[in-house]
Amino acid sequence: MNQTAEIVAPQQDQPLVQVSGLEVRFKSPDRTVHAVNGVDLTLKRGEILTILGESGSGKSVTLRTLMRLLPERRTQLKGQVSVDGRDVLAMPQRELRRFRGRTAAMIFQEPMLAFDPVFTIGQQIAETVCRHEGVSHKEGLARALELFELVRIPSARRRLANYPHELSGGMSQRAMIALALSCRPRLLLADEPTTALDATVQIQILLLLRELQRELDMSVIFVTHDMGVANEISDRIAVMYGGRIVETGKVGEIIAQPRHPYTLGLMNSRASGELKGQRLEAIPGSPPDLATLPSGCAFAPRCPYAIDTCHDSVPIAHTIEGQHWAACHRLEQTQP
Amino acid sequence: MSITLDSQVPVAAPVSAPVKGYWQAVFSRLRRDPVALIAGLILLIILAMAIFAPWLAPQSPYSTSMLNRLKPIGTEGFPLGTDELGRDMLSRLIYGARLSLLIGVMPVVNAFVIGSAIGIVAGFVGGRTNTVIMRIIDVFYAFPAVLLAIALAGALGAGLVNSLFSLTVVFIPPIARVAESVTTQVRNYDYIEAARASGARSLTIIRRHVLGNVLGPIFVYSTSLISVSMILASGLSFLGLGARPPMPEWGLMLNTMRDAIYVNPWVSVLPGVMIFSVSICCNMLSDGLRSAMDVK
Amino acid sequence: MMKLEQNSLGMASTVLPSRDRGGLAQPLLSVRGLHKHFIIQKSGFGQQAKRVHAVDGVDFDVMKGETLGIVGESGCGKSTTARLLMRLLTPDSGELVFDGDTVGARGGISLREMRRQVQMVFQNSYASLNPRMSIEDSIAFGPEVHGLKRTEARKRARKLLDQVGLAPNLYANRYPHELSGGQRQRVNIARALALEPRLMILDEAVSALDKSVEAQVLNLLVDLKQEYGLTYLFISHDLNVVRYISDRVMVMYLGKVAEMGDTEALYEAPAHPYTKALISAMPSMDPNQRTSKAPLAGDPPNPIDLPQGCRFSPRCPVAIDACHIEEPPLAPCGEKHSTACLRAEAVMHDRAQVIATNQELS
Repeated sequence: MNQTAEIVAPQQDQPLVQVSGLEVRFKSPDRTVHAVNGVDLTLKRGEILTILGESGSGKSVTLRTLMRLLPERRTQLKGQVSVDGRDVLAMPQRELRRFRGRTAAMIFQEPMLAFDPVFTIGQQIAETVCRHEGVSHKEGLARALELFELVRIPSARRRLANYPHELSGGMSQRAMIALALSCRPRLLLADEPTTALDATVQIQILLLLRELQRELDMSVIFVTHDMGVANEISDRIAVMYGGRIVETGKVGEIIAQPRHPYTLGLMNSRASGELKGQRLEAIPGSPPDLATLPSGCAFAPRCPYAIDTCHDSVPIAHTIEGQHWAACHRLEQTQP
Repeated sequence: MSITLDSQVPVAAPVSAPVKGYWQAVFSRLRRDPVALIAGLILLIILAMAIFAPWLAPQSPYSTSMLNRLKPIGTEGFPLGTDELGRDMLSRLIYGARLSLLIGVMPVVNAFVIGSAIGIVAGFVGGRTNTVIMRIIDVFYAFPAVLLAIALAGALGAGLVNSLFSLTVVFIPPIARVAESVTTQVRNYDYIEAARASGARSLTIIRRHVLGNVLGPIFVYSTSLISVSMILASGLSFLGLGARPPMPEWGLMLNTMRDAIYVNPWVSVLPGVMIFSVSICCNMLSDGLRSAMDVK
Repeated sequence: MMKLEQNSLGMASTVLPSRDRGGLAQPLLSVRGLHKHFIIQKSGFGQQAKRVHAVDGVDFDVMKGETLGIVGESGCGKSTTARLLMRLLTPDSGELVFDGDTVGARGGISLREMRRQVQMVFQNSYASLNPRMSIEDSIAFGPEVHGLKRTEARKRARKLLDQVGLAPNLYANRYPHELSGGQRQRVNIARALALEPRLMILDEAVSALDKSVEAQVLNLLVDLKQEYGLTYLFISHDLNVVRYISDRVMVMYLGKVAEMGDTEALYEAPAHPYTKALISAMPSMDPNQRTSKAPLAGDPPNPIDLPQGCRFSPRCPVAIDACHIEEPPLAPCGEKHSTACLRAEAVMHDRAQVIATNQELS
């Protein structure tokens, strides 16, 4: 890692990721989907940020924008995205290829899709290492073994010779993490990597990611819809709804003292043993259709505190304490 | 007791979204596809030509005239020239649409009905029945389509009905195969299980739940076969196994005119141009239909 | 806010309790010795057939009016069990007794009649609705099959739509792709209700829903259960939701019942080390008390090559030698609480020493 150290050093205090005013629209002949509508985001070096939101909140789209993985032709992008001091949206294709993998890498919900079924896992990781770092195949294989040990795959040497379908769910998720880490990225993007896993495996992967982040001093952006998972993994949480970040703060602040009515609603509607026999305080209605977003706050139609202002204008962020802020006109209503 | 649905009341849907059926959605999409629209329009014109042939054709397609043999395009009284027996080419092309469309489309329609039935049953029942039916189908599949059609038509003897029959046999296997694969896919959806769980009999499930979901894709596939059928039918006529002289049929016309190709090339290729345009329009329309039906 | 009389659907004559036969003490559904093996590789020269032991001898009762939760990880056989109960799959062996009548046996209840009384809601709300059928027709289909006139069936469909919180005049003529996931699942619930079932099998029915919608549907399920005196079989991998909604819980592991008991008893003092691991693998909701150690290593194994002895023994942190030899039967370990574990006593009282530190599975 010494060859990268000298480049990083002068920018050490700068945030690794800076997103401002990001807007993403998907165009099709029928309709325009407003997937992301003004997202501002910073990620410090060595921090784990979770983007929490439900389907259609724009969380995955935001994540993919950081690596410019969206279909270029149908997508309209606005705003600034910089990762490690570089403007991602303006990057030429060649630089983008180097950027993907070396600066930022991504893991997905379906690890099987990351691997080619006709080659062994070891070959594929070695090949990625060779291509990006220009080392020999033998060195690539050695590095693959190192990576397998890093992600705690038991009997790593034997596993390298396996084909993707021979690995169980948790094991292939580990292998995908190894693949993502193969070029020592500074930023790891995780798109619901534990959602498809069984409960006992999910917690293993969460713990592994936490350990790896510390060991390798990476920054991680983790996308999930599960509050429990967010609590386990993150330093900071950003809650998304209708393509905007509605509240963000340290994990303790969001879980213990949520202030945005949506976050509050999510917390209160959780089913648990203590609430047995009682009605759940469900959030009424359904998530907004991103093709026909309301003009004001996207949550207003479902919000118990909404007033006329909420339907007319999009609320700006109000600082609550330190880094904890929420975008809501009615924050005084949600004071604890 | 009473239920308070407090938590459910405001599940208001986007009221603006118009309630429209599946087919309405398909056609509104199709209307925005210029290529498919133009193809459809051309096909409609040719169809109208076939239907209204007696009124549209300037002359009888059968009246020969030794004086006016092999006139070029643009001759006075014969806008598209004449053939080797001096018959008006335009009239023969217009009348030819009737027979050519018939022997192009009928086999596909027949095969659509029979092939779908076989495929849907095989797909829905599954298991060993499926294997038996599909292996038999595979036997037919093993022959090249052209060869099979020629062999059958040859064995049965020349004639319109026999060529229709042999073409139908040619098209049953591919349609049955598509029907089987679509049905197998649909059969595994939860809504079929839900229907079974409600105690419905297989026939009811096929009628209410399977047909609507599989006929669309099979239909689209079948329309793409019309072009093949047109060409095969013309081929049979060309070989003397289909329509017989002096019937106006494009394939047959192409055959009888082939000696004249050195004398009057532009007139000789006209039947070919018709066959070509109908097949390509069918393919484009079927492509358009395919993407329009891919609503979700 | 709406009020619905018991007979508002015109089904008072058939609604409980008149359909009840054996009284409350008789289980609504008894399952005995249920087996289902899938052969994935036929036996050949000197090779034994490869079998998936999806459900491998399951016995349980569902009492009238209760909610029985079934939890377990992938491959534990919970969804296969549900499909076997509906006879969407044919069991290899086993007996189903519905309210005292053996299903499919002479003198018992016919399969068709049983299916009317047992209905199912699936996980995938989209795949479980016919995309070419309007919502109204989808719900009316079941009653029509059972002989109700189409106009009557549609009337019932509209009433049910109203009851699951979807205004009939707005939704009846819509198609599935025009609804959100939560709305579609409401339709699926209405469709299941249309046959006036007594038992509803909810197979991961809320798992695919957004968290903000999940609570609505859970509330709805609780309401409907009271309204119609329904019995639920609630299958889920989400232990929080199961704890909230279930009266009793059954934990499955590799096609067998590992533990079964009253919800609170089971969650408070799990007797099977697998249950215990499942509970401690739940992500914590307290930022100050995050999980620091995974309770189990490795993945749940395939139910193909079963280990000797207790199925859980290779992963079990407290297994002793005896566990690797003999498979323990399901035995009582407390009041209305039973488990298939030799070390239940010790596990329940937290005295079990961790014998082998989670040996990594390879």
